Amino acid sequence: MYNLALRLMADPHEAEDVLQETFISAFRALPRFEGRSQLGTWLYRIAYNAALMRLRKRRVRTESLDEPGVAEGVDLAPRQFTDWTALPDKLLLRRELRDSLNAALLTLPESLRGVFVLRDIEGLSTAETAAALALTETNVKVRLHRARLALREKLSAYFASGAPSAGSHKELVSHAM
Amino acid sequence: MQCKDMLGSLSDYLDGELEAQWCAEIERHVAECGNCRVVVDTLQKTVLLYRTYGHEEIPEDAKDRLYAVLNLKAVR
Ligand SMILES: [Zn+2]
Repeated sequence: MYNLALRLMADPHEAEDVLQETFISAFRALPRFEGRSQLGTWLYRIAYNAALMRLRKRRVRTESLDEPGVAEGVDLAPRQFTDWTALPDKLLLRRELRDSLNAALLTLPESLRGVFVLRDIEGLSTAETAAALALTETNVKVRLHRARLALREKLSAYFASGAPSAGSHKELVSHAM
Repeated sequence: MQCKDMLGSLSDYLDGELEAQWCAEIERHVAECGNCRVVVDTLQKTVLLYRTYGHEEIPEDAKDRLYAVLNLKAVR
């Protein structure tokens, strides 16, 4: 749940607030819960809604309504054809790798990011993700696929061009010593 | 099979949710098409990287604050 909140809010403090709100809402609603869905899925759903509510407020505040990055329905045809699969483990420090993964994730619109986090980071099943986000399973699959393709493009652009930079080579050497 | 025909099935393929016949077609195409091979390999690697490194633990102090808030609410 922390990961979902963190990835959606892109801010550890706001993620913490979302988590607090989630549990407070959950305790309040617990008498009405009656085991209609799985407890874990239900909590994810509350967290997701709490995060979306905050994002909506944030957007009103900043007046920017359009989501950055890959819009849904956009052309998904691959553009990057460099094989970088051997790079990350060999050359990148963990922190640098995590930073690049985080940066790529933040370029996804929230509708794709939520699905990707629950499926590929939190490890929920398609059915659990669908229940948590109030989507159909087909919709979850479509969004997950779009998210993965978009992330692949981002990581390809990153690993095939800029990284590893001369700086990280140096860092790597000093790290090894 | 053409490049664009397999693109939509790649996640199902990687998740092991594609029928054997389709898998075979994808593998046949990938054996002959370098670009698609790279797309499949890097897509798989992308998913693997997030599975391995994408999870962040909630910071201890945030966890403490969360427990504190919840205890407070429970007592009241
Ligand atoms: Zn091809």
